[in-house]
Amino acid sequence: MVSGPSLGERPALQTRDYVSGGASQTAVKILVVGHFAVGKTTFIGSISEIEPLSTEETMTRAGQDVDDLKGVRGKTTTTVAMDFGRLTISDRVVLYLFGTPGQVRFVQMWEDMARGALGALVLVDPERLADSFAVIDLIEQYGLDYAIAVNTFDGNPERAEESLREALDLLDDTPVVTCDARDERSSAAALTTLVSYLLARVG
Amino acid sequence: MNGPEDFELEAAELVRSYVITKGRRLPDEDQLSLITLVTAAPEQVQRPLRLSPEEQRLLDVCSAGYLSVAEIAGHTRLPLGVVRIMLAGLTEAGYLLTRPPVARARLADKELLEEVLSGLRAKFG
Ligand SMILES: Nc1nc2c(ncn2[C@@H]2O[C@H](COP(=O)(O)OP(=O)(O)O)[C@@H](O)[C@H]2O)c(=O)[nH]1
Ligand SMILES: [Mg+2]
Repeated sequence: MVSGPSLGERPALQTRDYVSGGASQTAVKILVVGHFAVGKTTFIGSISEIEPLSTEETMTRAGQDVDDLKGVRGKTTTTVAMDFGRLTISDRVVLYLFGTPGQVRFVQMWEDMARGALGALVLVDPERLADSFAVIDLIEQYGLDYAIAVNTFDGNPERAEESLREALDLLDDTPVVTCDARDERSSAAALTTLVSYLLARVG
Repeated sequence: MNGPEDFELEAAELVRSYVITKGRRLPDEDQLSLITLVTAAPEQVQRPLRLSPEEQRLLDVCSAGYLSVAEIAGHTRLPLGVVRIMLAGLTEAGYLLTRPPVARARLADKELLEEVLSGLRAKFG
């Protein structure tokens, strides 16, 4: 099916790599956010129908306007990778999950990610709650509705939901679920909780 | 996350990016968002020899179905900004078709969310 020259050493894409029924699909996205090592990549990998991919954005002024290469040297450039997966929901909707690190400084990436997102799932490690503050602030700043998924890593004592809500200063109706990011069903259940909540919000 | 060596490397990367995008600017965000779906136009005009190897590669990746802009960047391992600029050029020249995601609206959101919810339930119980 693939015509033209090959992709060099890279294997050609398979039919399953493409969006099934792409000509009539509406693409939507949900962000999976959280601090480093909270399980974002694991979560996306457990539920994605494609091998999770990643792409890089270069954070510089030149990244926004590539004409302006003068004085690039010495300018703050940093490359940030985001990873993502895909889930074909039906013959009408295809869902993308984007894993987004919590650092405030990646403004351009956050804008790209947040624009048009249905909502966000915030992964939280109950042993490192303070590390989640910045990410929750960002999500709120971008006006995204979110649910909390507590990733109870093995051996971690489960923290009572009440104290977690208090520590994270959550609104009463913000859903909190526990999830094992390695487990497809557990990840799917967390996502379902988020989407139910988003639906209730649009009423 | 990045060591000091990456820093030098990135300046070179940027120059390379500049060259392969032929100095074009980033396209309108809404036109080529991360989840805009892209495919090769069905009636392929004869490809001019002037296409760069990178443009050729993008066309090849897009030739067998729809992919999101993010997936195209992921598969080609080109930086996202570069991919968006090249895709915009190729779309303008008639080689590619794009399907931007629907504009956000309350009603559209509701229907989409209902569809996502029932899809998730059907898939994962
Ligand atoms: N026990 C356990 N380990 C996990 C879980 N989720 C992620 N991990 C591990 O935690 C580490 C960091 O996860 P990763 O997905 O890379 O985090 P990211 O930085 O947020 O993308 C990896 O070694 C994972 O295997 C989980 O639910 N349970
Ligand atoms: Mg990761």
